[in-house]
Amino acid sequence: MPSLLANKWTKVPIFLFCLVPLGVLVWRALTANLGANPVEFIQHATGDWTLRFLVSTLSITPLRKLLKLPDLIRFRRMLGLFGFFYACLHFLTYLGPDQSFDLAAIWRDIAKRPFITVGFTAFVLLIPLAITSTAGWIRRLGGRRWQILHRAIYISVICGVIHYYWLVKSAVLRPLTYAAIVAVLLLWRLGDWLIRRSRTIRTAAKTQRASASG
Amino acid sequence: MLIQRKPSLTYADVTPKELYFNRRKFLKAMGMAGAAAFAGKNLLDIVSPPGGVHAGAKFTNLVKSPFSTTEKANSFEDVTHYNNFYEFGIDKDAPAKNAQKFRTSPWTVSVEGEVKTKRKFTMDEIQKLAPLEERIYRHRCVEGWSIVVPWIGFSFNVLAKLVEPTPKAQFVAFESDWDLGQMPKARPELAGIEFPYVEGLRMDEAMHPLTLLTVGMYGDSLPNQDGAPVRMVIPWKYGFKSIKSIVKIKFVAKEPPITWNLANSHEYGFYSNVNPNVDHPRWSQAKERRLGEIFRRNTLMFNGYQDQVANLYTGMDLKKYY
Repeated sequence: MPSLLANKWTKVPIFLFCLVPLGVLVWRALTANLGANPVEFIQHATGDWTLRFLVSTLSITPLRKLLKLPDLIRFRRMLGLFGFFYACLHFLTYLGPDQSFDLAAIWRDIAKRPFITVGFTAFVLLIPLAITSTAGWIRRLGGRRWQILHRAIYISVICGVIHYYWLVKSAVLRPLTYAAIVAVLLLWRLGDWLIRRSRTIRTAAKTQRASASG
Repeated sequence: MLIQRKPSLTYADVTPKELYFNRRKFLKAMGMAGAAAFAGKNLLDIVSPPGGVHAGAKFTNLVKSPFSTTEKANSFEDVTHYNNFYEFGIDKDAPAKNAQKFRTSPWTVSVEGEVKTKRKFTMDEIQKLAPLEERIYRHRCVEGWSIVVPWIGFSFNVLAKLVEPTPKAQFVAFESDWDLGQMPKARPELAGIEFPYVEGLRMDEAMHPLTLLTVGMYGDSLPNQDGAPVRMVIPWKYGFKSIKSIVKIKFVAKEPPITWNLANSHEYGFYSNVNPNVDHPRWSQAKERRLGEIFRRNTLMFNGYQDQVANLYTGMDLKKYY
């Protein structure tokens, strides 16, 4: 397993796998199989897949630590970028079919409707992350600053889940499922950070004691 | 030797119902075979002409109605595969799958409350109360989509007059069937609403000739997923007011509770008239997507029935009474 993850060719099947949701949509469109409301079908599917990819992206770090598979990191950028890709498609269904590209109306809508506001926020936050996802940008920003910037995904995914929750009429089970998964992934990070911090403090204290007695 | 004469064929013999409900699956299979990937949509139109009368049409001699719109009706396929009927699941395509075995016969509708003659109606009795009319109505869902449907029925006021409401009757309360044995998904924790589904109208709304007691569509009985065997259709109100699969009608003195208002009183009011100027707290109601169209069109005041019904609400603040 670890060697498979490290193999440079593993990215290819995963890349193709990430395209399957799009392929399914295209196939359904060609066979007139998008249901009675095709726009809504595409909108819901792309929204769903955005959340799924963002959740997958967020689960890489906990998984690689818990399963001791550090090579999983190699797929994080791809998953994140696919999240952004499906978010773009999702946003396009809103710009075009929903709002007929009427920019003034879109702006009013974003300002007025909390459910659009949070959805738009979630989307906009992903843009700088997608742009700075390259190795060059990590170098330019420096690892530490890059990391801080990319924590924006936490806010983006939270906004995304709220957007979903505010959209549904009464059946909140599905958005709440996403909320629960995101909560677990973020709480794990908090726990991990607290443990690391206490460890650093202890080590620092030890060093201090050692130097004092020396 | 006894020679039995076969009964003469009816329209129903032409296409067995299971078959025409499975048309979509059949077409899908054809698509899979790669026979007509791109022709899929056109093929569908040929088999099921939008708004056309279908094989097995049960009702004949339908009276044409002046209330009908001249707009093109949606396809039978769309209207039977895109339903909000939470008793059979919350997804739009769930009722088409889960309602097929729902038993709608025998069926009785109990009429109660502030009336001189309380009584139960069988479906047979209901269908004979008045000449059946075909009424092609616009139907606008609170979610922002719309359809045009050729319903079959007659004005609800026919039934109401028959049971003679007393002067105390100010509202009419309706109740849907709720049978967990047949509707395993009709649970509040799954659907987010309480059951049985209840709805209501003010007396003058109920007595308005547009208010349709509906027993069929597209020339035939109502499909289960569209509220068989009997439902209401109130075309100037959001779709959820048009309660399905009715078992009880009660004339009452006070405004009755209605399901969506109970679920979220801030978002769904008792009146729920289609109104492009009063937004849902979460989304705009100014536009709607007609099924079969890509871009949204403007929503009309009272869903385009302003001339007929605006006088019911003279002097009322429609923002307050949403």
